Amino acid sequence: MRTEELIQLLATDAGPVPARDIEQRFALASLAGIAGAGVLMAAVFGVRHDLVQTMGLPMFWGKLVFAAALAAAGMALLRRMARPGMAVGHAAALLAVPPLVLWAMAAGTLSQAEPAERMALILGSTWRSCPFNIALLSVPAFIASFWALKGAAPTRLAWAGAGAGLLSGALGALVYALHCPEMASPFLAVWYLAGMALPTALGAVLGPRLLRW
Amino acid sequence: MEIEERLRGLLLLGLDADAVAYQRFLKELSAHLRAFLRRRLSQRPDEVEDLVQETLLAVHNQRHTYRPDMPVTAWAHAIARYKLIDWLRSHRVKGALNDTLDEEAGELFSTSDSEAAEARRDLGKLLETLPDRQRLPILHVKLEGLSVVETAQLTGLSESAVKIGVHRGLKALAAKIRGMA
Repeated sequence: MRTEELIQLLATDAGPVPARDIEQRFALASLAGIAGAGVLMAAVFGVRHDLVQTMGLPMFWGKLVFAAALAAAGMALLRRMARPGMAVGHAAALLAVPPLVLWAMAAGTLSQAEPAERMALILGSTWRSCPFNIALLSVPAFIASFWALKGAAPTRLAWAGAGAGLLSGALGALVYALHCPEMASPFLAVWYLAGMALPTALGAVLGPRLLRW
Repeated sequence: MEIEERLRGLLLLGLDADAVAYQRFLKELSAHLRAFLRRRLSQRPDEVEDLVQETLLAVHNQRHTYRPDMPVTAWAHAIARYKLIDWLRSHRVKGALNDTLDEEAGELFSTSDSEAAEARRDLGKLLETLPDRQRLPILHVKLEGLSVVETAQLTGLSESAVKIGVHRGLKALAAKIRGMA
């Protein structure tokens, strides 16, 4: 087929594109990811019997705000990375804000604590399982956000994969926060971020393999 | 920039279902792509036209990623650059990746070349391998120049099935090209 003929063929398919808008796909993927994580959490960990009491604690909401802020920043970054030639701009800097705020809070807590208590504040009682639980709950969002990226055209595949992994890690953490008993900021500053780093790293590895177009 | 305004106008008309404007957009873009790729693939001149076609197909299949507030030139350059890097990687062209690609969209649009060489890979043959519901709409619409309505009557498919068949078929064609790399 000559290029001239190909152009003619493509021109017959001019017009509005049937595929869903990119933002819509990411919104859909996030909702599916949250719903999937909720189901997975109920099935694997069960629902906390003292969930209502925990809701009275400020840090319960702090965890949710942290995870939601990271997810929002991740989404802002992804919708730009999904389009060829669109500069990432401030979206990347925005991503650094939630961890920096959390680290500042953790540093404040640790500096006021007795030296002997510091290790306990960091390790809590669930540090062994927390990152893996977050990674597990991020699986539905991971699959959904890769699906969303498949419908777009990222040009830096490892970065886009990492972005999708981070978004799913943040959504996994958002749901896991409903179950997690830890309320100390030093714990969150280490283990929540470690939990999100797992899908982020996996996304960076899988991006170049799965996202080619 | 004159090229930007002209291409943007044509693409937006094309996205609004103006096939003539869209064809002019693709034609002008193909000349820029050809010159860009001839320069970049000076060691492999017979691969140029294949990559021009592959990139045009990618531009078409990814046109939903274009936003009217983005420069068309930057968008098209990013696609061309991606396709070139992807090609260089999968063909393991030594040293070519070290030769850093210009980030400026201006490079793609600085020259143009409308002298198409013969493509080595025949997209027509690849088309034959698609399932009927994709192949037939494409063949009728392309080869016989039939309209969507006429193709629908001829094949017994609904109009939307013809449109979806062409759309999915072009996506499948791009996937087959990737599979060959």
